Amino acid sequence: MPATRLMPTDEAAELIELTREICRKDLAPEVDGAERDHTFPEKAFRTLGRAGLLSLPYPEEFGGADQPYEVYLQVVEEIASVWMSVAVGVSVHSLTAYPLVTFGSRAQQEAHLPGMLSGDQLGAYCLSEPLAGSDIASMTTRATRSDDGTTYSLKGTKAWISHAGHADYYTTFARTADTGGRGLSTFLVPADATGLSFAAPERKMGLHCDPVAQVMFDGVTVDADRLIGEEGQGMRMALSALDAGRLGIAAAATGLAQAALDAAAAYAKERRQFGRAIAEFQGLAFLIADMEAAVTSARATYLHAARLKDAGRAFSKEAAVAKLVATDAAMKVTTDAVQVLGGAGYTQDFPLERYMREAKVTQIFEGTNQIQRLVISRQVLAG
Amino acid sequence: MNIVVCVKYVPDAQAERTFNASDNTTDRENVDGLLSELDEYAVEEALKLAEAGEGEVTVLTVGPDSAADAIKKALQMGADKGVHVNDAAIHGSDAVATSLVLAEAIKKIGSVDLVITGMASTDGTMGVVPAMLAERLGLPAVTYASELTVDGGVATIRRDGDASTQTITATLPALVSVTDQINEPRYPSFKGIMAAKKKPVDTWSLADLGVDASQVGLDAAWTRVESFAARPPRSQGQIVTDEGDGGQKLAAFLSERKFV
Ligand SMILES: Cc1cc2nc3c(=O)[nH]c(=O)nc-3n(C[C@H](O)[C@H](O)[C@H](O)COP(=O)(O)OP(=O)(O)OC[C@H]3O[C@@H](n4cnc5c(N)ncnc54)[C@H](O)[C@@H]3O)c2cc1C
Repeated sequence: MPATRLMPTDEAAELIELTREICRKDLAPEVDGAERDHTFPEKAFRTLGRAGLLSLPYPEEFGGADQPYEVYLQVVEEIASVWMSVAVGVSVHSLTAYPLVTFGSRAQQEAHLPGMLSGDQLGAYCLSEPLAGSDIASMTTRATRSDDGTTYSLKGTKAWISHAGHADYYTTFARTADTGGRGLSTFLVPADATGLSFAAPERKMGLHCDPVAQVMFDGVTVDADRLIGEEGQGMRMALSALDAGRLGIAAAATGLAQAALDAAAAYAKERRQFGRAIAEFQGLAFLIADMEAAVTSARATYLHAARLKDAGRAFSKEAAVAKLVATDAAMKVTTDAVQVLGGAGYTQDFPLERYMREAKVTQIFEGTNQIQRLVISRQVLAG
Repeated sequence: MNIVVCVKYVPDAQAERTFNASDNTTDRENVDGLLSELDEYAVEEALKLAEAGEGEVTVLTVGPDSAADAIKKALQMGADKGVHVNDAAIHGSDAVATSLVLAEAIKKIGSVDLVITGMASTDGTMGVVPAMLAERLGLPAVTYASELTVDGGVATIRRDGDASTQTITATLPALVSVTDQINEPRYPSFKGIMAAKKKPVDTWSLADLGVDASQVGLDAAWTRVESFAARPPRSQGQIVTDEGDGGQKLAAFLSERKFV
């Protein structure tokens, strides 16, 4: 059953319609084969980009659509309900423009945003490192300013970077001073920069169309105007971008859970045991009811955080709650959906086992769910 | 070049479709509808021609209030303006009457160089309106185009048949119907959605076109649906249990039904 959505404007409702049409006609026929073969969904990103769906929450003057998060996130959710890897890609890509839009100078924005938001480019987000995952402030990738101040040279290794090797630019966090979290800065690194290289993609449990790999910076030199904002603002940018990015993951997890629920409900009405449809057994029907409750509350939770953000209010705690609630819901719902299909759910003839594998990562990236609890409890217990 | 694209608003083939119980016409009110997918190819082809040179694309539809959605979609894709002929008397019209209304609307739009249509509607699938329309307008009709070029006042199409491929030319003004092989229709974009809000759409009645209500509608139709029935639900197949004679039973089943 498609989700019931109250959209704030006519154009937002039309955006949802457009998203559903693209998902039905272009994404749905491709997803199973591409996930099986681990193909990068280049055509899907191009189609979404041309339709303007890769830059929704950013200013229209730079090629975005000026859509509130409330709308952007529901588009991500719709995409996730058909193709999780692509939805995660859209969310990560959207994150990559966040530091420049929020902290960059006007001149930097004019120079780079039109390309980044054109829909033709894809961005990657280089934050995590092999030895610095949850503990971002301990990162060791270093950016050294040249003596004349015109360039920076980046050295270090980033880990788990989505779209590594496929992206057109890399929004990269690196250390400019040995002052812990205060010593981090943010750079916009073009894909063709000399010294930039990529390891072989990780062999993951799922999300096979979202290749992640280590990114090596071996003396990558960038012009000083590719430092976004000022030196030392990196941690602030990373954290505020993550607040927004978490909502993208919450929305994607909700869409994934919706897909699992829809598939399970359809199967329960068809499959007959003991002379009747298994949906007629209350023990199973209540499982479906709990799945619906989990999906609906996940959606309500991320939309609440989004509306706070759109209204310019503090939303960091609510974003962490949304990420926690929606991704735990996705894990539970996809697991139960496999249960509803029984043996069939455990086979690759149905997408349910894939959904379950895809759900797991949502509890890990953009801050593990332990980290979300850290964010939430600190704010609840503060003062 | 002024191009008119005729588009139809049809019930969504993915949804439950039915007829009106009172007069056996297609129910267009209680079902989700959309721009006929076969007409998207016509819109795309017109947009490509207009983008390649100087040109204006007008989308024309005949249909009830909800048909405005078909125009909106075409405008979102990039067409310049819309004309919606909407009149209660049109309800139940057959292809003959529809072609009359379309022809009068195109005359009223005026100075049209090229009329492009889909090859058929996805609901009626008669595929006769393009030829009827061309006849009424006195235009050459080149139909089932899987390729179209316009150069120096001449339209050239390729028509793919089972045994041959034909290249056909017609001097403008002309009517071309296109197949689903001719292009890959674009999606609207966010910019297109926003721009469509400001594009002009004229709504005309039969009186605006000088068409008398007695010439259209169910009463004037040459054909009408006498009765309809839902497709019977598929019954469960017969399961043959193999007790060592499965092959014989299968063969008997098939020969009973004259398959072998
Ligand atoms: C598919 C995928 C895509 C990714 N894409 C990107 C990307 O595009 N860009 C990017 O920068 N990163 C990306 N990541 C990295 C991701 O953000 C990190 O994996 C994540 O932040 C966790 O870091 P870690 O793996 O080092 O785990 P660790 O930080 O080593 O955590 C291990 C365990 O310890 C727990 N733990 C850690 N600290 C605490 C604490 N203080 N209290 C309680 N428990 C704690 C964690 O919750 C976890 O259970 C991606 C990861 C995956 C799997």
